[in-house]
This record gives sequence, structure tokens and C-alpha cells, in this order.
Amino acid sequence: MEITSIAPWILLLPFLMFIFLGLTAHKFSGQTSAKIGTTAFGIVAILCYYVAGRYFFGNFSVLDANGFEVFNKTGEIYNQITVFNWTWMQMTENLTIHIGFYLDPISAMMLVVIATVSLMVHIYSYGYMFEHGHFDEGMSRYYAVLSLFSFAMLGLVLATNIFQMYIFWELVGVSSFLLIGYYFFKPAAVSACKKAFIVTRFADMFFLIGILILSYHTQTFDFDQLNADNAKHVLDSFSITDGSRGITFLGFPLITIATFCIFLGGAGKSAMFPFHIWLPDAMEGPTPSSALIHAATMVVAGVFLVARLFPVYSFAAPEVLNAICYIGAFTALFAAIIAVAQTDIKRVLAFSTISQIAYMMVALGVARFGNHESELGFTASMMHLFTHAMFKAMLFLCCGCIIHCVESNEMSKMGGLKKYMPITYWCFLIGCLAIAGIPIFSGFYSKGEILTACLENGYTAIYVVMTLTAGLTAFYMFRLFFHIFHYEENPEYATSHHKPHDQGWQMTLPLIVFAVLTVGFVFLPGFNNAITATRTYMEMPTNWTVEGISIAVALLGIAIAFFLYYKKNEKPANIMAKCPALCEFVYNRMKIDEIWYGITRSFIFGVICKSIAWFDHNCIDGFMNLCAWITQKVSLETKDAQSGNVQQYVWVFIMGVVTIAFLALY
Amino acid sequence: MDYSQFLLMKPEISLALTLIVLLIADLFMGEKSKQYFQPLALVLFAAHTAINFCDCCGGSCMAGQSEAFSGMYITSNIHVFVKNMLNVGTLLVFLFSFEWNKKENKEHIAEFYLLMMATLFGMYLMISCGDFLLFYIGLETASIPMATLVALNKKRNESAEAAAKYILTAGFSSSVMLFGISLIYGSCGGSLYFCDVVKNFTAEPFQILAMIFFMAGVAFKISLVPFHLWTADTYQGAPTSVTAYLSVMSKGAAAFAFMVIMWKAFSNIDVKSTFVSWTNILWWIIVITITVGNIFAIRQKNLKRFLAFSSISQAGYIMLGLMSGTAEGMGSMVYYILVYLFTNLGAFGIISNIEDKSGKVGMDDYNGLYETNPKMAVVMMLAMFSLAGIPPFAGFWSKFFIFASAAQAGEYLLVFLALANTIISLYYYLLVVKAMFINKSDTPIATFKSDKMSLIGITVCTVGFLFLGFISQIYEQIIAWSFGI
Repeated sequence: MEITSIAPWILLLPFLMFIFLGLTAHKFSGQTSAKIGTTAFGIVAILCYYVAGRYFFGNFSVLDANGFEVFNKTGEIYNQITVFNWTWMQMTENLTIHIGFYLDPISAMMLVVIATVSLMVHIYSYGYMFEHGHFDEGMSRYYAVLSLFSFAMLGLVLATNIFQMYIFWELVGVSSFLLIGYYFFKPAAVSACKKAFIVTRFADMFFLIGILILSYHTQTFDFDQLNADNAKHVLDSFSITDGSRGITFLGFPLITIATFCIFLGGAGKSAMFPFHIWLPDAMEGPTPSSALIHAATMVVAGVFLVARLFPVYSFAAPEVLNAICYIGAFTALFAAIIAVAQTDIKRVLAFSTISQIAYMMVALGVARFGNHESELGFTASMMHLFTHAMFKAMLFLCCGCIIHCVESNEMSKMGGLKKYMPITYWCFLIGCLAIAGIPIFSGFYSKGEILTACLENGYTAIYVVMTLTAGLTAFYMFRLFFHIFHYEENPEYATSHHKPHDQGWQMTLPLIVFAVLTVGFVFLPGFNNAITATRTYMEMPTNWTVEGISIAVALLGIAIAFFLYYKKNEKPANIMAKCPALCEFVYNRMKIDEIWYGITRSFIFGVICKSIAWFDHNCIDGFMNLCAWITQKVSLETKDAQSGNVQQYVWVFIMGVVTIAFLALY
Repeated sequence: MDYSQFLLMKPEISLALTLIVLLIADLFMGEKSKQYFQPLALVLFAAHTAINFCDCCGGSCMAGQSEAFSGMYITSNIHVFVKNMLNVGTLLVFLFSFEWNKKENKEHIAEFYLLMMATLFGMYLMISCGDFLLFYIGLETASIPMATLVALNKKRNESAEAAAKYILTAGFSSSVMLFGISLIYGSCGGSLYFCDVVKNFTAEPFQILAMIFFMAGVAFKISLVPFHLWTADTYQGAPTSVTAYLSVMSKGAAAFAFMVIMWKAFSNIDVKSTFVSWTNILWWIIVITITVGNIFAIRQKNLKRFLAFSSISQAGYIMLGLMSGTAEGMGSMVYYILVYLFTNLGAFGIISNIEDKSGKVGMDDYNGLYETNPKMAVVMMLAMFSLAGIPPFAGFWSKFFIFASAAQAGEYLLVFLALANTIISLYYYLLVVKAMFINKSDTPIATFKSDKMSLIGITVCTVGFLFLGFISQIYEQIIAWSFGI
């Protein structure tokens, strides 16, 4: 099969599915829609694997959008291929918006991630949504939106230009909004979906500003042109030379502003501080969709964005990369601390997601073009993106199984579930070991590389923070693990006639698939063959000191968690009693939400909106009411002119002629 | 004499043939075969429409403008296009009235078709005239059968009254216009050809007086204020399909002819005061027409009367296309008529459909229509939105283009006043929507099933006003054809 002929279907099929399922929602039962949606996505997944497989391991050439024959590899270097590039809108002579299909190592990798996680979630959701008492109502809608999301996410990673990315960026935002608000009858879900949408939209505003500045100066949206030859086009457009930072605005180099704004868009989607506030609340959505969107795919869009423009960042705005790495490090530590104090199991995972995405950001932030050591961060980041997607999706899906049995998100309702749910137990354990960074599990490799990258590039402080975070991560994940599966068994289980149990195959199969991927990651072909900043083989330096320390820290964290939470005891309560204020503060997510609310309420609503509303209400409405009143009055008064009397009609006619003649002639 | 010039009159010839064939068929059809008359008429007229449509769009486009009979008859692509528009509109009216003819109008089916085609023939002549005399003949050919059509429902007093009012006022306005024409003949060098008139037209007071008399006569047909007073009574009393025909076809044809004559006969390019004189008059007429139409429409409780006033204000918008005198202005006017044709006929189609089924035409009767006939209510709502000019419906684009053309001519104040008026119009168009969707009724119009013909017609109209705006080629083609009218 030709890549060019199947590529469009990867985007078209989920989109058509969305339309089909959306329009036929009331015609089919939920199960039928689910089966149709899953089958269709199965086909998409096969296409994705095929394209990615051919790209990485095959040898082929295509006629690209410009009519040149392009091979997937030249020697050892993987080429970037624009499979097709359809003109959507011609803005100016130079500036055109295309919708296309861009194949390079990172987008091919993302194809694999999205296909795997989305397919698994499609299958899992069948069990989850079906048994959860939501047979028909809304299930078609759920699957329709899943298809929309898959379409949008695939379009985002395959974008040939930054504007296409922006379009799909908003589409994933919309589908995230729809899925978080899926249980629209729950007020918490409604406010959560609004919050997610507004916060990410607010960040996207900066993204758009960044795109506009960048494209205004470079006169192009295309990644190919922006990134080509060490971002030479961008450097020229902003007249950046060795000695000068080019065009400035308010004292800042304009390129810095543009690229930083673009990063802020990514920070919104990827929940970096201070835009992280929406992600924990987004857990109100159905758990499978949290696994897909808020753990594995959409939230890494920001990381993907920075990776996609990495040459621009590295050559034209290295100071922004520095900023990214500090923001990332802060977010990682900050979210890990909050995760320690949470009691809702999905919230713990949400904060852990924020923290882990921050790892990826840090890794990108420390990376630069240059030699193998400096480029390591890029590969490490992408590797962590991949491994994290797998094990975090698995953890979320495990949570879904648990919540399904316990019917609560609170840790206090759980405990001692090990003997009831063995498969979930083992999968969850594998996930926790992976995220903690224990060898042979996937997380160990990617996290180790990130830490190595930090240290090798001279970011020692960041390295220390990230190692500390790794310890915290191990601690809070195992706190969660022990709390759920050991600790003290909830006495209700034994007496309940509805004992907790492992779920049906639809829900267990995805867990096992992810567990296998997490354990077997080490056998996957090396990421350093293709997914590198230079798109060619790269030596991966391994610093055994770093690895050793990280293992030690992780084990320490696990040990503390074991000590505190394996069996029911008074120690955690005692520790918390010593500093109640701090615990409360951390439990309330360090009050960041309140700060945002405060700004919104007192300043935006109180000052800006109130005054505008007053003006609107009194001046504009008043004027309009006056006009309407006059119109009504005139209408009422003149009604009698239309009398139905023909003599009068003729009289008016002739008077009209005379008046006009009079006015025209004098 | 060169007989090949008859070939230029293809639309007229095919219409006349249709008319004659139907006339003969009616004469010789027996009582039993009378029921086939209506299908026959529809098929023949549809064939006439199709043939002319294919002729217009099928490649045999003329280059520029052609004359026949020493300039008496003028035709070009845009003329043929307008005639095609009228054909389509008439066909739609035929579709809407199919059921009505079967039930209410059994005895005069043939008259209905024949008279309507006769008026259409008159409109063809109005559109293609190159001379005041032919224009006058066309106008009268169009309006005298019209009076009969209005009176078709002769057992109803209202219908007869409407016809009487129409024929009396029409007679009066024709006489004023004829007087104007005779003054023109006297003051502009003893010729009634547009090309001769314009050479001698220097905007002397006497000539302006003649021009005003002429304008009043045409303004009567388009129902511009203050020559509009017959409109509401006639529209209300006439059978609904005739009202639809009056409000769209009659108005559209007269407006197009008006535009052509004003620019051809009264606008001497070298003497600027010639067209300044009449654009000034028109400026005031437009403002008054739009405003008065809107203000009266607010108070109407009868939907036919309501649409009469709405059509008066729409006529004011149509006249905006005259102000610039550029191809854009003329093209956007034709485009406006095209969109207005689909939208207004769609609205009338629904009204006549409901009237057929339930006999109700009051705005209050429409309360709760959405509950019983949701599809009708939605289409009616879309038609109202399009008439009000809400994007993305075609009505928005047509208003947009016509405002843009007037703004190009520097008429900013006029455009502003017209825009302000669209807000008023939005109010009363939304009244209908409110009645259908929000108001509750104890005795709503019962759920009914429309006949196929009306459904086809309504569907065509809906597709028209939903999608015309998205196909930019249509507008561009009209503009391209409008050069050199």
C-alpha cells in the first residue's frame, strides 16, 4: 500500500466516525455505537501502526506535496516528509494555511502512542460505560466525542504547519471540554469542564499571539521552513546574528516574546504552573477519557509543541528553553508535593501527571543542539512521553476498575483490595514501579536519561530538584498503592453481596496490554535510533552514578510509604497532627486556585466587567430602549394613514408626485 | 427586414408558444381531461424554464449587448439571466398553487396559468425594452392580467375589493406615467428611444418634471413610498399565490427595468447634474420607503399584510443598488432580487400551505406551530432570518453586497440609515419566530401533511436561501454580466 493513499484516511476516518455516530446517536443503541466506533478506530490504529512501522523500519519513497520524491531515510538520517498538503485558505500571497500530513520521527512516534492508548480506551470504555449503569443514554455521544478527540489529536501531531496545529489544538480542547462535562447533570463536572476550557483557552490566546508574531515576521507557518537549516529562516527574519538578539519590543527581543507566548499555549494544555489548575478538576470526566486525554495524549501536546519547534527554540531563543526548564522543575516539585496530600485517587494521579509532564518539559529545556550530551534531553523527553503515556494510562484504567467496584474516589473507602482484584493489583504495581523509576520497568530508563541530561548539561540545581521529586513520586505513588490494596480492608467488602472483583475482558485486556508494554519497553527498538534532535542514531550516555542515586531515592520513598501505609497504624495521623496548617495548605493545592479565583472575581469581574456592564445596561440599553419606544409610538400613531380608502390612496400618490417635484425643482 | 433578430427573442418566443399551446389545449380539452390541464401546464412551463436556463448557462452566452428591431428590443446575458430568475420564481409559484388550484380554484385553473404567463410575458418586455413605448406596453401587459388574477377568488369580497383597488390605482399611476412619457417625448427631441432621450436630457426643470411623473409610475409597481398604499390591501385580498407572485416577480422585474431606464435614459455621463437630480430624489424615497415599510410591518397581525409591508421595505433595499451606477451596484441588485425571490417565496410557500390546510393567516394562529409542525416552523424561521439578513444565510450576503455597493458610491449616511432599519426589521421578523417557537396556544394549527408539489417548492427555496450565499461564483458571474448594461 502506498503511504500517500492511506495517509488521508488516518484523519478522515475518525472524523467521519464522529459525524456518523453523532448524527445517528438516537438511532442506535449505545452498545452498537460503541462497537462501530471501536471497529473503526481499530482500522485507524492499524493504519497508524502501518505508517509508523514503514517509516521507522521500512524503506520507501513518496512524491511529497511539492512533487519531489522523498525517501524516509537518507543513509541513517530520517527525513521529514510532507505526505500531502492541502491548501485550505490563502491569506496573503506568501501566507497560506494548509492542512496536511507531516511525517517525521516524533509524529510517527505520536501516531503509535495515540493509536495504542486510544484503541485501548475505546475497548475499555465499552466495559466501563456499559456496566456503570449508563447503557444507552449518552454512550453514543461518548463514542462520537472519542472519535472527534482521536481525529483532533492525530491532526495535531501530523500538522504540517503551526496554524493547522492551532486549529486541531482547539479541537482537542473542545473534545476535552465535552468529555469532562460528559456527566452534565453533575454540577462539579459542569464547572470542571468550564474551568478546563477557559483556562486552556486563556493560555491559547498567548499561543495565537505567538503564532501571529512569528508568522508576521517569517511570512510562513510551515514547520519545514521554520526549522530548516538550524532555523536559519527565523534567524534571518528577526535579523538575529551572533552579536545581536534582533528586533526588540519593549526591550525584549521579539523572538523571545513570540516563542515564549507559543510555549505558554503549550503550558496551558500541558498544565504547567500556573495553568495547572484545570487538570485535577478535569478528573470529573469518565475515567477512561481521563486516561486517554488527561494522562496520555492531549496533556503532552505542549511538550510535543516545544519538541516540534525545537530547532527554533534551540537556535533562536535558548533563553526561553532555560525558562521552560525552570518552570518545569518548579511544577514537577510543586505538583509532587501536592500529590502527597491528596485523598482522591484520581486527583493523586492528576497531580502526578502534572509532575511527570514537567519532567518532559525540563528535559526539553536543558537540551540544546550541539553534541550527543546536549541533545540527550530531547530524546529523553520523547522517551518519557512514550513510557509515561503507557504506564499512566494503565494506572488510570486501574483506577477505573477500582472506582467501578468501590463506587468512590476516596482512598478512605478502599484498602485490602489485593485479594479481590489480583489482575488490577499486579498491573497497578507495575505502573507504580515504572513511575517510581525501578529498573527493568520503562519509567526507569526515561527518567534516568532525563536526570542524566540535567546533570550533564550543567543544570545541577535542577538535577537536585528533579531527583528529590523522583523520591516524592515514589513515595506518593506507593502511598496510593498501599492505601488501595493493603492498609486496612474496608469491612463493607466482606458483607456486601457485591464483592469487588476484577472486571470483564474489555476492561482487563487493556491493563494487560499496557503492563506488557511497560515491562517490555526495554525490548523495544532503541529510541536513540530515530527519535533524536538530529533524527539520526545517537549514542545514549548512561551515567551510573545518576542512575544509582535515582534508584536509591526511589527505594527510600517506597520504604517510607511501606513503613507508613502498609498496615493500618497511627503514624500518618500523628505526623499530620504535628503540622495541621501545612497539611491543610497542601491539601488545598497550595491555594493556587483561590489566587486565580481572587484575580478573576475581584479584578476582572469586579472592576472591568462591572463597569462595562453598567455602561451597557444604562447607556447602550437605554438608548436602544428609547429608539424602540419611539419606533413603537410612531408605528402606533401612523397606523391610521393606511385607511383602505382608494380616493385617499390616489390623493397621497399625487401629493407625493407634487411634493417630490417641488423639492427637486426648488 | 432581418428575420434572424427574432432569434434574440428566444425567451419571449418560447413563453408565447407555451401560452398558445395551453390556450388551445384548454379550449379543446373535454370535461374529463380537464384534470390533466394542470400537470400539462406545469410540465410545459418547466420545459420552457429548463430550455431557457440551459440556453443561458449552457455556453451560448452572448458577447455584450444585442439589439433587435432597431433598438426597440435589447438583450444581453444579464437580461436573459433576470428572465430566467423570473421563470424559476413563476415555476415555484405554480408549485405552491397546485393544491390550491385543485381544491379552491377548480373552475379557473386555466385562467390562472394563462394570465400569469401573460403577465410574465409583459415583464419580459419591460426587462428587454429599449424604448419607453415598449416599456409601457410591457408594463400594462403585466398589470392588467394581474388585476384579474387578484380577483380570481371572485366569490370572496376581499378578493374583489383588492382587485378593484389595484386596477383603479394602477390605472391612475399609468396615466401619470404616460403623461410623463409624453412630456419626455416633447422635451427630449421627439424620440422615445433611450439612447436618443439621454442625448437630449439636460436636467432642465421641465424634463425633471417629466422624469418624476415617469418615476412615480414605476415606483407604484415597485411599491415605493408614497406610491405604496395599494400594496397592503391588494396583498391581503389576493389569493396567496398571487400575492407571492406580486411581491416577488412583479417587483423584481419592475425594479430591474427601473434601474436600466434610469441609467440609460436619464443619466447623461457628460452632464453630471442629470443623475444627481434623480439620485437625490431616490435617496429620500429609499429612506422613507424602508422606514415606513418597517414601521407599518411592526403592527401587522395578518401575515400576508405583514409580508406586504416587509416587501415594501425590501424594495427600498433593492433600490440601494441603483445609487452607485457601477456594475457592482447593478449586479448586487440583481443578486438581491435573486435571493429575495427564494426567501420570500419560501415564506409565502409556507403561508399558502398552511392557509390551504387550515385557512389561517393570522400571526396569532401561528402560535405554537413548532409543536405541531416543526419542519414548517424551522423553514419559516430560516426564511425570516434570511429576510432579516442574519449571517450565514443568503439574505445576509445580498444585503452585504448591496450596502457595499452603495457605500462605494459614498452614500454612507444612506447605508447607515438602511442598517439602522435592519434592526427594526429584525424585531418584526423575530415576532413571527417568537410566535411559532415560544408562544403557547390552546388551539394550534393541527399537524398536517403537505402535498408533494409544495414540498418540492419549499425545498428548492430553502436550498436556495441557505446555500446561494456560499457559492461565490454566482455573484461573481452576475457582476461580470452586469458590465455594460
